[in-house]
Amino acid sequence: MRRLDHLFREGELTEEFFDSLEEALILGDVGVEAALKLIEQLRSETRRRKVRSAAEAREILVEEIAAMLSLQEEPPDPGGDPLVILMVGVNGSGKTTTAAKLAHRYRQEGRQVLLVAGDTFRAAAIEQLQIWAERAGAALIKQQPGSDPSAVFYDALHAARARGIDVVIGDTAGRLHTRVNLMEELKKIHRVISRVQPGAPHRVLLVIDATTGHNGIAQARYFNEAVPVTGLVLTKLDGTARGGIVVGIQEVLKVPVSYVGVGEKLDDLLPFNAADFARALLA
Amino acid sequence: MFANLAEKLQETLRKLRGKGKLSEKDVDLALREIRLALLEADVNFKVVKDFIAGVRERAVGEEVRQSLTPGQQVVKIVHDELTALMGRQQSKLNTAGSPGVIMLAGLQGSGKTTTAVKLALNLKRSGSSPLLVAADTYRPGAAEQLQVLADAAGLPCFRMEGAGPVKICQEAVRFAAREGHTPVILDTAGRLHLDAAMMEELKEIKAQLKPAEVLLVVDAMTGQDAVNAAASFHEALGLTGVILTKLDGDTRGGAALSVRAVTGCPIKFAGVGEKLDALEPFHPERMASRILGMGDVLTLIEKAEASFDQQKARELEKKLRRQEFTLDDFREQLQQLRKMGSLEEIMSLLPSAQLPKELRHLSVDEKQFKRIEAIILSMTPEERRRPSIINSSRRRRIARGSGTTVQDVNRLLAQYAQMQKLFKQMGQKGFKQLKKGKRRGGFPFF
Repeated sequence: MRRLDHLFREGELTEEFFDSLEEALILGDVGVEAALKLIEQLRSETRRRKVRSAAEAREILVEEIAAMLSLQEEPPDPGGDPLVILMVGVNGSGKTTTAAKLAHRYRQEGRQVLLVAGDTFRAAAIEQLQIWAERAGAALIKQQPGSDPSAVFYDALHAARARGIDVVIGDTAGRLHTRVNLMEELKKIHRVISRVQPGAPHRVLLVIDATTGHNGIAQARYFNEAVPVTGLVLTKLDGTARGGIVVGIQEVLKVPVSYVGVGEKLDDLLPFNAADFARALLA
Repeated sequence: MFANLAEKLQETLRKLRGKGKLSEKDVDLALREIRLALLEADVNFKVVKDFIAGVRERAVGEEVRQSLTPGQQVVKIVHDELTALMGRQQSKLNTAGSPGVIMLAGLQGSGKTTTAVKLALNLKRSGSSPLLVAADTYRPGAAEQLQVLADAAGLPCFRMEGAGPVKICQEAVRFAAREGHTPVILDTAGRLHLDAAMMEELKEIKAQLKPAEVLLVVDAMTGQDAVNAAASFHEALGLTGVILTKLDGDTRGGAALSVRAVTGCPIKFAGVGEKLDALEPFHPERMASRILGMGDVLTLIEKAEASFDQQKARELEKKLRRQEFTLDDFREQLQQLRKMGSLEEIMSLLPSAQLPKELRHLSVDEKQFKRIEAIILSMTPEERRRPSIINSSRRRRIARGSGTTVQDVNRLLAQYAQMQKLFKQMGQKGFKQLKKGKRRGGFPFF
């Protein structure tokens, strides 16, 4: 799908060119507000720099978007303790699969990984994570379905210290950010983790489905209010969706994109590359 | 916070409403706002374009120019066109066949497995004997998930280890025919519409099983890409309908419009919560009203009627008249209210424009209900009838018994006293007035 190429070949900076760019951004789910703002900036920037060719204008926009998305996650410092990572997000965004992929990444680096089956609500979520843990070569801490997720984390953190684990990755139940009680439950998980191990969790990764529309902005805002998010994971980027909503999220919330998910296999989790992403958005 | 689509349109159209005459410029201004609002609601870019063109044509035409209230007329046109886009009629499920086969398909994480069980439970409650089929052999734990949910809902679930999806579905249909189950609901694996091999598998299932319904399960939070996925699935499978999931969040649900416009298939159900009975028939007309901020009052009334016992309501009314409303009655009212769903859910159905701003984003602690119930249940029957006998030692006992504090007990008693005062004031005359309103079947607190 190279819908914009003809525009760049034709070369002129016409109204139609700007309109089509705006359309591309909106179709890529960048968000109306962010799209209008980006195009406005591009107009004044091309005027200021006296840019004449469309290809050049595109490069400016790519750079602008890439710059917006170039934030880096602070390198976490757990001291001598295990590194603790918490996966959060709405239902069906891909938390469990991403937790497994992340475990695999750390295993490849030779680290001892413990997965925590913190989704005690969804039927068979524990079994799902167990199968992934075996495939990734990670240990697993679980309890009965329906038990208090905070208690599972309490156990897991103690077990991690006892067993000399390097990285603890916690899966949590999917929850819509508008469900007050469920968000309270998430806060409690966070509180319990930091009580057992001060400074933890070191990374809180919000998992966002690349097909998400404007609702992604609300998701980021609410989740970040409940538990300070350190990075985003953009999943299912192997489809036709461009995941532009991370640009919209960047507008309201400065949270770096840490990884992208591009498939169903364990090694289908890649570090985020802002320039590649921006280019794909405008392809 | 963003204003939602309903609020935005309301705002724009309010400006139009007052006008005696509409210039083309007025209309353009309003349409610009509507366009942005629809885009922000994630309605697909091209769908919005067509929609705006359709509304514009009618808005600058005769029917508006000749109208005495052109603003109102534009509101009506927007509402009409929105409803038309969504499909006018509520579309029923086709379960024909022996056994009838219903096939669910969709992207990963759209909610197929949960929806399959919700749908089966819905069918069971209306007298069918459905069979759930675990045809997702790819995602780890998918079959277990279906099994656990099916068990919870008291539904049969067909599983087969080591076989491919097509084989599983075929065997399941044979099993259903033998055991007298119909319809058979196939929970297929989530897949990307780009994945040719996986799409081929769905085509094969469809060719072998000849389902009466091929339903696409779509996440209501989907953005612009909804049209791509829907169009591909439709092209490959010839969809017969759509189920929208996760509509209970704050998403504006523009994907519903997009998918409908691109496939022409009706949206048959909407998932509105994590509980297994949180699946509702989709009413296009009502969804349009909801988007326009006119509220979904019809659904609310239906819910109230479904969960309220008419007989009890009449008894309650008598008691109220005689001012014999006890704490037991109070508890019963709360229980009936809770049967309608969470308060947030109920609030979302009310016309947002008529609610005070603070109430629109109200979140209610459901636990509060449980606490009140616990307090009342910790009282003796005598105390419930005559709360005036509750002295401080009784209060302490009630608080201990219900796991609350004396302050909580006091608060409840104060609320109850206030309510009694209110009823006294209303007296006979007040009741008649209340009854004349659109309230049906005893609902004294609304």
